[in-house]
Parts: sequence; structure tokens; C-alpha cells
Amino acid sequence: MHDGDSCQETIHRLYHFLDGELTEEKRAEIRHHLDACHPCLVAFDFEAELRQMIASKCRDRVPDSLRAKVAAAIGHELRR
Amino acid sequence: MADQADFADQAMEHVGALYSAALRMTRNPSDAEDLVQETYLKAYRAFDSFREGTNLKAWLYKILTNTYINSYRARKRRPEQTEIEDVEELYLYRRLGGLEAAAAGRSAEEEALDRFTDHEVKEAVESLPEQFRIAVLLADVEGFSYKEIAEITDVPVGTVMSRLHRGRRALEKALWQFGFERGLVGDRER
Repeated sequence: MHDGDSCQETIHRLYHFLDGELTEEKRAEIRHHLDACHPCLVAFDFEAELRQMIASKCRDRVPDSLRAKVAAAIGHELRR
Repeated sequence: MADQADFADQAMEHVGALYSAALRMTRNPSDAEDLVQETYLKAYRAFDSFREGTNLKAWLYKILTNTYINSYRARKRRPEQTEIEDVEELYLYRRLGGLEAAAAGRSAEEEALDRFTDHEVKEAVESLPEQFRIAVLLADVEGFSYKEIAEITDVPVGTVMSRLHRGRRALEKALWQFGFERGLVGDRER
């Protein structure tokens, strides 16, 4: 039944679902579809993994010099 | 009303997240450091206008985003690119073998995700036009809600949703291009 209307509808709402921006009723509809539709479930899992991967790989080490500069700038303001 | 004496304690824990966002925005470590420093100074000076109990991180991001748009982008005098190619849903997934692999019970496409380097992912994010890049950063890296992103970037929620929708798909395409160039992923377009 994949590629039916309800699959299209489900994939279309994927971002809103993963973003936690759907009403409880709509979430339940999607969960219900995912329980019965393995291809949609795997696609949802993939997008969730992708998002985690992006978040974890977009981190950068903060230079110690930056922490020191920010602290010094605020310290300077405090003494004004 | 928030007390300035508490500022450093509360605000400094976000310096790492703000620095990463600043790097993605300016695409330059020295500009990113300046941007973060300026953000903290402005935030410190305005801290008495911060309403305690509201979201400090979102408030700091709003200052960061405004400062970036008003000073750094203006300095470059680049016209803002508001158009972005329309990319289909599940772009990356379909090209990684997606639906066929799912039917076979494999998760090769999820394994493929691990092979992207930090550098490639950062480059892909940085390749997005600014307004899409900022929306994707705020949602997918920082986990802000649509409403928070609307407040931070000063646009309606509907605009946030549309930028996210298009920005995320363009990001998938950019990632796929990196993966394809490096031979990580095949051209499985169907």
C-alpha cells in the first residue's frame, strides 16, 4: 500500500511530526500509519537520524581566547 | 527584571552553541569570534530588559541573529539571496537506496550518514542561502520551535515553515553532492 494517498500525506507531514509541531490528533494518525507501513517508518527513521547527524556534526570547539575575551569585555563593563 | 550581576553565570553556558551558530553564519572564525563577543556585550547591556523566566537562549540567539544581519551582512554588501532550488521530498534517502533497501530490511542508508565528515556537513549547511541556513540552524542544530524561530528571526511562523521545508531539502541535496563527489554514495536516482 506504499505510495498510496496516505503515504503521500504521511511523508508530507514528516517535518512537522519530527519537529513536534502537530496536534495530538494528527500525531496519532501518523503513528497509526507508521505502525502499518514499514517503508514510511524507515523513511521517518532516516530523516530523524539525518537530523541528529547534522546537529552532532555542527559543533565546534570554542577557542579559550574567545571565552577570555567575552569574560574580559563583561568585566570591563562591570567596572564602568 | 534580570540583574546584570547574574548575567555571566546564566549566559556563559550558551557560548559554545552561539559560537557554532556564528561560524555557520559568518563562515569565518575571526568574524564569528567578533560576532559572539558583540552579542554578549549587547546582551549584557540590555540584560535588565530580559524577562526572567523566559527563554534566555532564544533571547541571546535573537541578539546574535540581528547583529549578524545588521552588521556583518551589511558589511559584505551582498544582496540577500531569497531564491532556492526546489528539491523533492526525501531527496537523500531516495538516492541512498531508500525504498528498495527498506523493503529488503537493510539500513545501509543510515550507515551512509555516518560516513559524512563534520567538515562536509558544515560546508553543506553553509552552502544554503542565508535565510534558509539560519532557519535550519535554529531548528535542526539548536532545536528551537517554529514559534521561537519566528520570534528570533522576526518573520511569521508560516515563513519559518516554508524556509525550513525548502532549506532542509536543499541541505539534503548539498550533502548528497558531497557524498557523490567523494564516492560515499552512488547515483541511485530513479
